[in-house]
Amino acid sequence: MERVLTAETTVSTRSLSEKNYLNQETTVWSWMTTVDHKRIGLMYLVGSLTFFLFGGVLALLLRLVLLTPKHTLFGLTVDAETYNRLFTLHGAVMVFLFIIPAIPGSLTNFVLPLMLGAKDVAFPKLNLASFYIYVVGAIMAVTSIIIGAVDTGWTFYTPYSTTSAGSVALITMAVFVLGFSSILTGLNFIATVHKLRAPGMGWFDMPLFVWGMYSTALIQVLATPVLAITLVLLTMERLFHIGIFDPKLGGDPVLFQHFFWFYSHPAVYIMILPGMAIISELIPTFSRKTIFGYRAIAYSSVSLALVSFIVWGHHMFVSGQSQLATVVFSALTFLVAIPSGVKVFNWLTTMYKGNIVLATPMLYAISFLILFAIGGLTGIFLGTLSVDVHLTDTYFVVAHFHYVMMGSTVTAFLGGLHYWWPKMTGRMYSEKWGRIGCALWFIGFNATFIPQFIMGSRGMPRRYYNYLDQFQPFHAFSTFGSWILGLSLFMTAAYLLASLRKPADAPDNPWGGTTLEWKTASPPITHNFHDQPVLEREPYDYRPSAGNRH
Amino acid sequence: MSSHIETSHEEHVVHGGPLIYTINLVALLILTGITVGASFVDFGSANVVIALAIATMKATLVALFFMHLRWEKPINAVAIVAGFLFLGIFLMFDLIDIDHRRDPTPRNLPVMTEKEAPTPVPGSMNPLLTPAPEALPAPPAVVEGAKEGEGKAKGKE
Amino acid sequence: MSTTTTNLPAHGHDAHEAHDEHNPFHQHHFATMEQQFDTSKLGMWLFLATEVLMFGGLFVGFGLMQGRYPQEFLEAHTHLQKFPGVLNTVVLLFSSWTMVMAVHAAQTGQKAKLRMYLLITIACAVVFLGVKYYEYSHKFEEHLLPGIFYHHQATDSLPNSWGYATFFSFYFMMTGLHGIHIIIGIGLLTWLYIKAGKDEFSSAYFTPVDLVGLYWHIVDMIWIYLFPLYYLIT
Repeated sequence: MERVLTAETTVSTRSLSEKNYLNQETTVWSWMTTVDHKRIGLMYLVGSLTFFLFGGVLALLLRLVLLTPKHTLFGLTVDAETYNRLFTLHGAVMVFLFIIPAIPGSLTNFVLPLMLGAKDVAFPKLNLASFYIYVVGAIMAVTSIIIGAVDTGWTFYTPYSTTSAGSVALITMAVFVLGFSSILTGLNFIATVHKLRAPGMGWFDMPLFVWGMYSTALIQVLATPVLAITLVLLTMERLFHIGIFDPKLGGDPVLFQHFFWFYSHPAVYIMILPGMAIISELIPTFSRKTIFGYRAIAYSSVSLALVSFIVWGHHMFVSGQSQLATVVFSALTFLVAIPSGVKVFNWLTTMYKGNIVLATPMLYAISFLILFAIGGLTGIFLGTLSVDVHLTDTYFVVAHFHYVMMGSTVTAFLGGLHYWWPKMTGRMYSEKWGRIGCALWFIGFNATFIPQFIMGSRGMPRRYYNYLDQFQPFHAFSTFGSWILGLSLFMTAAYLLASLRKPADAPDNPWGGTTLEWKTASPPITHNFHDQPVLEREPYDYRPSAGNRH
Repeated sequence: MSSHIETSHEEHVVHGGPLIYTINLVALLILTGITVGASFVDFGSANVVIALAIATMKATLVALFFMHLRWEKPINAVAIVAGFLFLGIFLMFDLIDIDHRRDPTPRNLPVMTEKEAPTPVPGSMNPLLTPAPEALPAPPAVVEGAKEGEGKAKGKE
Repeated sequence: MSTTTTNLPAHGHDAHEAHDEHNPFHQHHFATMEQQFDTSKLGMWLFLATEVLMFGGLFVGFGLMQGRYPQEFLEAHTHLQKFPGVLNTVVLLFSSWTMVMAVHAAQTGQKAKLRMYLLITIACAVVFLGVKYYEYSHKFEEHLLPGIFYHHQATDSLPNSWGYATFFSFYFMMTGLHGIHIIIGIGLLTWLYIKAGKDEFSSAYFTPVDLVGLYWHIVDMIWIYLFPLYYLIT
């Protein structure tokens, strides 16, 4: 087993006979009725990764169809309706069943209370309820996929969604249910951060991961209820023709888009803020250096969450909303880029003159910086009104959001997964395979999506199942890239699962981290800490003479 | 701000009390009377403003005294105010759109002569190929003095 | 940034903690009952914020549709009788008072009063639903129903009777969702009544009563806004 850091790593403090949260009780019932945030986090991890797999397979199929303009899949012709269903499913599954619940449900659930020195989240039973609500929503979504043929796109725009055949009502109600899981998780985290910090831990002594997750939770609580009512209104329109969104009934289809994007734009910050939160942990740890601009990053997290609520119209520039609205939203969109920029510069400055350790989590963090820069900057292009008029609904948009959602959030998620893997499982994965996996991920990702920027800027529309011959080289390249991407993920899954066969003897603190989760065993005992930890050091304090360490 | 384990006796101090609650109820009932009374007077477009203003006063009284915000930690008030605030943001930006929409008919198209006009194709979705629609019926005039419960069907056919 | 902090002992202040650890409702991830109570309250207020946002979406939809069909909405208002609306408003305000009196009784350990006030609150809620049932049946008779079920004689010959149908759609959605919350409230109040009968509440622990009270007041608050918008704008 390769040790990456030697400076402050400690051996396992756990005595051989002591039980941890994994083996304290081992019945299925104990898992199903657990209120332990760590177990709930693991269950979320399994659930969300299962849907990542499902959504990913759909993506591979889509890319196969697009390999040639003849829209065939394994020799069979795919018709337009089938293609529409494929991308609708890919989007809906990835957005609602994977990327929104994944980091908050899995890594945050596991790590947040530990970082705060708490024994659990504020409302442990509510945490379990959130998980079961997620499961119910997931079952409803899968059912609608099997029995219905939803082809509206994950955005459910009216009037098509109110009039098309297919079980739109079921899938929107599934999303409604999933929304409540998200709201309750966010509520739980806000209360936890406000009330359950360890003695001595003020707001500006918390790890930046907590600031990022707190900001995410704010959005979850404030934005998701509007999604809930949007979906109710959509279902009512579909079933009872109430006349709010359908123009034939006197309604306003653009109003649906306002309702929908009021949630869905902040939702993309529910996706990225946890990724940024993870990066704020990885960079100082693997640069062996105090984070530069702690308060700037903290404030930028919260302001990103708040400003995200006033830019949603940039998804609607060509929808028919008023010209005044388009100009206002475009101007505000430039504003929302600033906090992201602040973070990137602070992370880079943290690395400058640091003692960089290129362990797998750090490789993912560095990948994040590159991919997020591209994703974020292309977001500015799209936020520029005059440019967006040409780029909207092209592959440029598809490439942009994959760079931020996948290239940034999923990259950070993978980095965090590797970082906290020893804490969660008590095992170290193979560092060699970790590096190979990350390299393949980076190469595969760029190979898949850079061609999409190019063809989008040359006019290739999104959600089309065939295309002009001039785009074929780009599509083909992108499809080959998707195979490398898929391979990297399967490999990562393989070596991570293989690590579980090793004995659970990972050190308490393999990376020399300074936050409180590293002060307890790997994996932790059920109650997290033997004694209530008291904060004695600033977060990320890597000065050689720092603190009184016992 | 650090989080000490507090030994304050907050939990044993009972705020509010029957007197304050009863006064609050009376105030709420009075405000209800005022708002109902105001609805019988025609202030024009100010009626809505008055009604909502009084409703907000009532809501504030309920929040401050019945819901105890007057005596609680400010964070609870921040939570509920945030709900109203973001709702307001939603409404405001929607109005920036809806109140400022203009007629989207393009005004810079070249005029076509009869010879250039394409032959109409029945059932086509292309507006250039469908015959011009007939004039829509005029919107109904507001029926003045319609009483509650009385249908307006007076020999209409 | 704060530097090294005081070394507080892991188990802090004496009297309160010792007392709290004997409280059967003390959840052990909280240091004290006060922390637990404060946290529960914050959680409830956050939930109420989500209720405001959810109902608020309907209010915004209603408001924007009103802007779209001002005359039709104005006309349609006349089909709602003011008296049941006023009656319901008074009943709910009164029930808000009985609710807060119930919380006060729990806080001061008066079991009998607590149960009495809970019962009166439930009774008010039932009266509210009764009045609503009367109003709804009136609407059903006149076919003033949502969406595709809408059919009102007076508006048959009008080309944009959509406005009227939309008004009633919103009326039923909003009062319906509000009514569902009242029904849930009756359930919660009944649950409290039963638990109070088992002596579960005292001045040391009355959190559920407080939280249900907050819920009930939000239900009242939503009606405070619903009432003028639907019944008083004519």
